[in-house]
Amino acid sequence: MMNTAPQTHIDMQELARRIDALRPTLLRLAQLQLRNQAWAEDAVSETVLAVLQGAQRFNGASQLKTWIVGILKHKVLDQLRQHMREPVAAGANDAGEEEDLDALLYRSDGHFRDMPEHWADPCSELQRDQFFAVLEACLEHLPNRQGRVFLMREWLEIDSRVICQELDIAPTNLWIQLHRARLRLRECLQANWFGAPPR
Amino acid sequence: MKIPNSCRDISGLLLAREDRSLSFGERLAVRVHILTCRACQRFERQTLVLRGALRAWREHQDHDDPEPPR
Repeated sequence: MMNTAPQTHIDMQELARRIDALRPTLLRLAQLQLRNQAWAEDAVSETVLAVLQGAQRFNGASQLKTWIVGILKHKVLDQLRQHMREPVAAGANDAGEEEDLDALLYRSDGHFRDMPEHWADPCSELQRDQFFAVLEACLEHLPNRQGRVFLMREWLEIDSRVICQELDIAPTNLWIQLHRARLRLRECLQANWFGAPPR
Repeated sequence: MKIPNSCRDISGLLLAREDRSLSFGERLAVRVHILTCRACQRFERQTLVLRGALRAWREHQDHDDPEPPR
């Protein structure tokens, strides 16, 4: 069986063209996760190298993009491991900002200040691309630390416990970062999508 | 232990649910509160919409293959 399995021959020129076309997407995703241009470029370069070296292993069963983004995710995680394990001093203004966020949302008795609005599904065919653009802008606007752990959860799909191990942080610290990120993202989407005037 | 029962507590648990499993007591507190609280019902719906939207975004990034590029 092994010997007669059809070999997928990848046209290297075609592959190079496809990689070139994907490069902006790869860089954008890496930058969104890493929040550092140099790290993102390193991750993308390493991805391209790994793709070219491993081209013969691509079995054609999955989409090329799926395969390449899968490799990118590993390379991005390598970058996070390299750079994120150093202790980060808690930003002095971090706590203050979050109190503002809290006060914006809740009254002192713990009730919502404003009734949360009804959110309609934003992913209908017609609006999807516009919505994704707004979503990405909101993700970009998250503070770096929150944005990194949030995308580790939601893009890299890493279990919370594993994130704590990878970044060497305490679970309560991670919960707080993720909680803040989710609240901010909610505010941003409410302001710029769900509560925005009809497009 | 203080029983979570304000909208702030409950919406906090609804967010936490995306990242960790809630304890039995927490799940119960959420269910009981949400029965009568319209604001938290809306908030829960928002968290579910966001969950679905993030999944759709992730799948779009990972799988959609716009080919040939313009």
